[in-house]
Amino acid sequence: MAINLTINGQAVAAEAGDTILTAARRAGVYIPTLCYHSDLMPDGVCRVCSVEVKGQRTLCAACCYPVAEGMEVLTHSPRVRESRRMIVELMLANHPQECLTCSRNSKCELQALAREFGIQEVHFKGERKMADVDTSSLSVFRNPEKCILCNRCVRTCEDIQSVAALHASKRGWDTTIVPGMGDELASVVCVNCGQCINRCPTGALTANDPSSKVWDAIHDSTKHVVVQTAPAVRAAIGEEFGMPAGSRVTGKMVTALKMMGFDRVMDTDFTADLTIMEEGSELIQRVTEGGVLPQLTSCSPGWIKFIEYYYPELLPHLSTCKSPQQMFGALAKTYYAEKTGIDPKDIISVSIMPCTAKKFECDRPEMTDSGYKDVDYVLTTREAAQMMREAGIDLPNLPESEYDDPLGMSTGAAVIFGNTGGVMEAALRTAYAIITGTELDNVNIEAVRGMEGVREATVMVGELPVKAAVAHGLANARQVLEGIKNGRFKDYHFIEIMCCPGGCIGGGGQPQPTSEEIRKARIKAIYDEDEAMTLRKSHTNPAVQKLYEEFLGKPLSHKSHELLHTDYTPRDRKTVKAVKVKVES
Amino acid sequence: MAFYRAHILVDTGTPAVLKGAMGMKSALVDEIKKRGLDKEIKVVETGDLGLHGVGLALIVYPEGVIYANITAQDVPEIVEEHLLKGRQVKRLVYTGPSSAVVDGAAKPRSREMRVILEHIGVIDPTSIDEYIAHGGYEAIAKALTQMTPEDVVAEVKASQLKGRGGAGFPTGLKWEFTAKADGENKAVVCNADEGEPGNFKDRLIMEGDPHQIIEGMIIAGYAVGAHEGYIYIRGEYHQSVSHTEKAIADAREAGLLGKDILGSGFDFDITIFKGAGAYICGEETALLESLEGRRGESRMKPPFPPTSGLMAAPTVINNVETLASVPRIIDRGADWYAGIGTEKSKGTKIFSPCGDVLYPGVYEVPFGVTLRDIIYNMAGGIKGGKRFKACLMGGPSGVLVGEDALDRRLCAEDLAPGAGALIVLDEDKCIVDLMQNCAEFFHHESCGQCVPCREGTKRILEVLNWWTTGAGSEDDLRLLEALGETMSLTSKCGLGQFAAVAFKSSLPLFRDEYLAHVKDKVCPAGVCAMDKVLEEVK
Amino acid sequence: MCSESCGCSSDIVGIIEKYDSDKRNLIPLLHELQDELGYISPEVMETIAEKLGTTVGQVHGVATFYTLFYTKPRGKNIVRMCNSTACHIEGGRKIREAVSAALGIAPGETTQDGGFTLEVVSCMGLCGVAPAIMVNDDVYGNLTPEMVPNILGKYREAS
Ligand SMILES: Cc1cc2nc3c(=O)[nH]c(=O)nc-3n(C[C@H](O)[C@H](O)[C@H](O)COP(=O)(O)O)c2cc1C
Ligand code: SF4
Ligand code: SF4
Ligand code: SF4
Ligand code: SF4
Ligand code: FES
Ligand code: FES
Ligand code: FES
Repeated sequence: MAINLTINGQAVAAEAGDTILTAARRAGVYIPTLCYHSDLMPDGVCRVCSVEVKGQRTLCAACCYPVAEGMEVLTHSPRVRESRRMIVELMLANHPQECLTCSRNSKCELQALAREFGIQEVHFKGERKMADVDTSSLSVFRNPEKCILCNRCVRTCEDIQSVAALHASKRGWDTTIVPGMGDELASVVCVNCGQCINRCPTGALTANDPSSKVWDAIHDSTKHVVVQTAPAVRAAIGEEFGMPAGSRVTGKMVTALKMMGFDRVMDTDFTADLTIMEEGSELIQRVTEGGVLPQLTSCSPGWIKFIEYYYPELLPHLSTCKSPQQMFGALAKTYYAEKTGIDPKDIISVSIMPCTAKKFECDRPEMTDSGYKDVDYVLTTREAAQMMREAGIDLPNLPESEYDDPLGMSTGAAVIFGNTGGVMEAALRTAYAIITGTELDNVNIEAVRGMEGVREATVMVGELPVKAAVAHGLANARQVLEGIKNGRFKDYHFIEIMCCPGGCIGGGGQPQPTSEEIRKARIKAIYDEDEAMTLRKSHTNPAVQKLYEEFLGKPLSHKSHELLHTDYTPRDRKTVKAVKVKVES
Repeated sequence: MAFYRAHILVDTGTPAVLKGAMGMKSALVDEIKKRGLDKEIKVVETGDLGLHGVGLALIVYPEGVIYANITAQDVPEIVEEHLLKGRQVKRLVYTGPSSAVVDGAAKPRSREMRVILEHIGVIDPTSIDEYIAHGGYEAIAKALTQMTPEDVVAEVKASQLKGRGGAGFPTGLKWEFTAKADGENKAVVCNADEGEPGNFKDRLIMEGDPHQIIEGMIIAGYAVGAHEGYIYIRGEYHQSVSHTEKAIADAREAGLLGKDILGSGFDFDITIFKGAGAYICGEETALLESLEGRRGESRMKPPFPPTSGLMAAPTVINNVETLASVPRIIDRGADWYAGIGTEKSKGTKIFSPCGDVLYPGVYEVPFGVTLRDIIYNMAGGIKGGKRFKACLMGGPSGVLVGEDALDRRLCAEDLAPGAGALIVLDEDKCIVDLMQNCAEFFHHESCGQCVPCREGTKRILEVLNWWTTGAGSEDDLRLLEALGETMSLTSKCGLGQFAAVAFKSSLPLFRDEYLAHVKDKVCPAGVCAMDKVLEEVK
Repeated sequence: MCSESCGCSSDIVGIIEKYDSDKRNLIPLLHELQDELGYISPEVMETIAEKLGTTVGQVHGVATFYTLFYTKPRGKNIVRMCNSTACHIEGGRKIREAVSAALGIAPGETTQDGGFTLEVVSCMGLCGVAPAIMVNDDVYGNLTPEMVPNILGKYREAS
């Protein structure tokens, strides 16, 4: 039943369960927010969304106040505007006002509010909270001084990722968001996904940015710098340059990277196709030879760390395939080095990823099968865009160019790795061919597409019903893993899991802000990219075929195992090692 | 119930305990044993007997003789003479005025009307038998056997009882909402987190007559269809916890808690929950968070607890005093209760005057008495014969009133009483200093989740720190006024909404005093250090 | 005996299990463990989190929110000095100064011998006898600075 209210005198029809904010947004009325995030349950703590509701003693927080029949709402009355200004002034008074040198400069929600409310002076002149920056993590840096205690990171990590690495400690003015028991982030259970960064409104959470080292490498004439770009980057990096979400900029991005001075610009999509060859073969082997099923995908390093921490007993389900980034890294310093005659020690391998967990992955001790660190530096989409800006590159207006050989060619099956359901679909396209010996007529496997947290489908591969499931976001992954443990998935063959909501297009290194709409737009761009390809099945990639002919032999060969597969480490969740407790009498 | 020929009540109110009441009591017990009288005479600890300025006191029943200003040394003589030989020890008998206890019942001091406090100081709070002997648990017998839950709600509504925790929400209505709300596992929660400076009435009820609360909770549970009750007692109230624990155990033993109470088929039980040091947990939704094992951070409202409370189940939350009023209402009827007080404030209210009054303490009065009545007629006026300057009504979350409020009536129509604290200041006290102290309280107690309160309480404290040390400027006055307005309008819960109210109420009353600090850098009362001024001069 | 590897001699796990390993009971559980151990150490917080099936964050967040919980060792005796309104106007500051002077420490500190921890707290409901302090569970009110050394002396001897 519709609920009728007025907002600023205008009649608005809302639905039961709406908050004032949702009703207002649907009616096209703007209300500022700060702690609210569309991906999260409202917390109602910043009070920036306060509005006047007739008959109420106090203002009401629009983000969490339910609509009621006959309600009269004013969103910008004098009392409301005065209060909002005061609230933002209070936040600024306890904030290092160093926007000019802040990584969020011009993309910060607090800064934007200060501008929107016309704040020109902070009247409170008192103490400001001081804290050290936590740079312990390979992925996420924390600057508590810039934290406005909106709890978005806390809610993200707990509700979306079910990791709960961050929480509020102490109280009142002393309240601080801390990992574990006030420890450094690196010493607590954190899967490095960066989802917290993506939802942080300010510069309090940032990624560990190696761009100055990458610049150094580019400018070092003794180094040969190769760069790979992940599938999801091309569907999002345009946003950093003001283009709408879902802009496809693959060719422009390649041009930009060449302009920046990378020696070779190649594509993670190539190794995504390779992953399908290896992982698909592994699946067929498990099915035919009676291996552990369901097989779980292994291309998302945040997810890998998650299962290592929480479900080490299920590690045998994980595919042994490295992520496409690491396959690329291993090949860059072997196959590519051989082919080009460059000494692998002079090769610097850089990747551009939607993901902050990849910064952690490239540092794992296992990831040195080439004899060197397979991937030297991981840049997020955001950091790559920043480097482009520094290089004076106007991405939207660049001409397009092609990726370089020999690790540059890819199929549509590879690009869809960038979103949830994509790895599954790509694997099914190839599995169909291998198992039935015929090619799919319609390669679009709608059954595994979509945005639901956990999706299940039975796909007929010839005579064989393949039972598949897809999950994205680690809270959903946890559900699936519990399901595996209690037998719910026992007759399933293959389950795709991606750490981030929406898959890599929603990764922790992607342009801010993020929302379901933005992620959907990026996914659409990914599927469009797939449609536009002439080759859409991994096994049809001629460069991959050539790689097998010239170098690897066949999928799951000895050499493949050496370079492209890995094993996993159960991790201890205890952040503090057992020490003797002093008992007081 | 064993039969004793005499009862001796020992005043064990906090002031008495501080003067050594417990030592005197054990001397008494020993002496009685020594004389072989322990089967005949029972020694009972009561709460505060309401006798002020008389040192240690005890009362011998059935005669009702009061001995005052006694010491442990006097004990043998009293036992020997009075209890053995039946002769009063004249030199120790108390004959002074305002004796609260005569003939076995608490006699109201001038204009006092003891309903909830009726048996405090009379009965042994650790004895369920005595509670029952004084008519206790008759209300649940009546409610459970003669009334439907709807009748009970109707009766409480008709009594026009309003919440005594500060907000004054009509209790019957709250119960009706909860009774009508859909949901399993409804709960009744007694808010005994009393933390507002200046309030100590709930403590007295728990320490002096805890069964009333239990009885009130059972009735509430019956009315709304709840089977579990929780009493959230602040962690610092050790004796409240132990007396209430004992009372619950005894009630359970007597079949008044647990399954099938009094054969009515109604099940109800109560758990005590000890707070852990956070004033904010007195706020009902923060209290619920705490009960569920989390940080005491208030929830967004709506939904309110009657719809979604403890573990999202419909929940009644009431103050100790509110629940303690309920048995009397059921017993004596809503009409009787609604006949007490004023048009808009029915019944009695317990006040706790403290600060610069001669007899700080707990006084129960019908709504509508004047502030002067309480301060001068009951609490003995201002200490040292000084002049009254101001009263912080309800504590730091309340409002400050000046001399012109003395003849205002304490009721919803006139001067809203808040939870009952009356912190009285004499002429020598400084308002700016008082507000600095209140600011410190809120700064310390803000839960810290919402911006206006977390950041606002800090800024208010800073400015008041400046003013009381001779720093700061006049601009800050306007700034704080505006800040206070924003905090009241936008804070997530009552703590932040009321944190600046006392300050705002003090401004028009004592603007000159503020200006003296802020402009002239002097503290007229000579209380504030103003040491920054000296620094500047140097 | 504790079956955990933390090596303490208390039956921490037994206590936790007494609370049905239910995370709703975190606060009563922390009370009891603190009574047993003196304070809530990181190791204990980890054990609690594991046994209650909750996060270390919830346990740490709660333990640091409430002033009656200690996450660091504290003195044998806790002196709580009220700093709220009624005590303040009745001369609480002088009492606090006298206590600090007698113990030679500032609020928030513990004496070197571990005998006393000194704290400034909010109203303890003793406003009727302001100014007031509590030493452990004992109440002292209507104080004057002269009374302080005597009161503290009792605890000094006892320990
Ligand atoms: C900051 C704050 C502290 C409060 N403290 C108490 C308290 O200690 N005791 C209490 O009964 N109510 C307290 N309240 C009021 C409760 O939120 C609630 O209104 C009350 O317990 C309801 O019971 P009543 O209707 O019987 O008064 C407090 C409210 C606020 C905002
Ligand atoms: S976080 Fe935002 S407001 Fe703070 S310094 Fe950075 S850009 Fe400025
Ligand atoms: S990186 Fe991921 S796991 Fe780590 S704190 Fe952020 S959201 Fe949580
Ligand atoms: S770190 Fe960022 S997201 Fe987390 S509470 Fe602080 S400002 Fe909010
Ligand atoms: S008003 Fe204060 S106590 Fe209440 S939620 Fe906000 S910060 Fe917490
Ligand atoms: S956006 Fe509503 S309170 Fe923060
Ligand atoms: S970036 Fe997180 S799932 Fe790929
Ligand atoms: S103000 Fe000190 S105990 Fe209440």
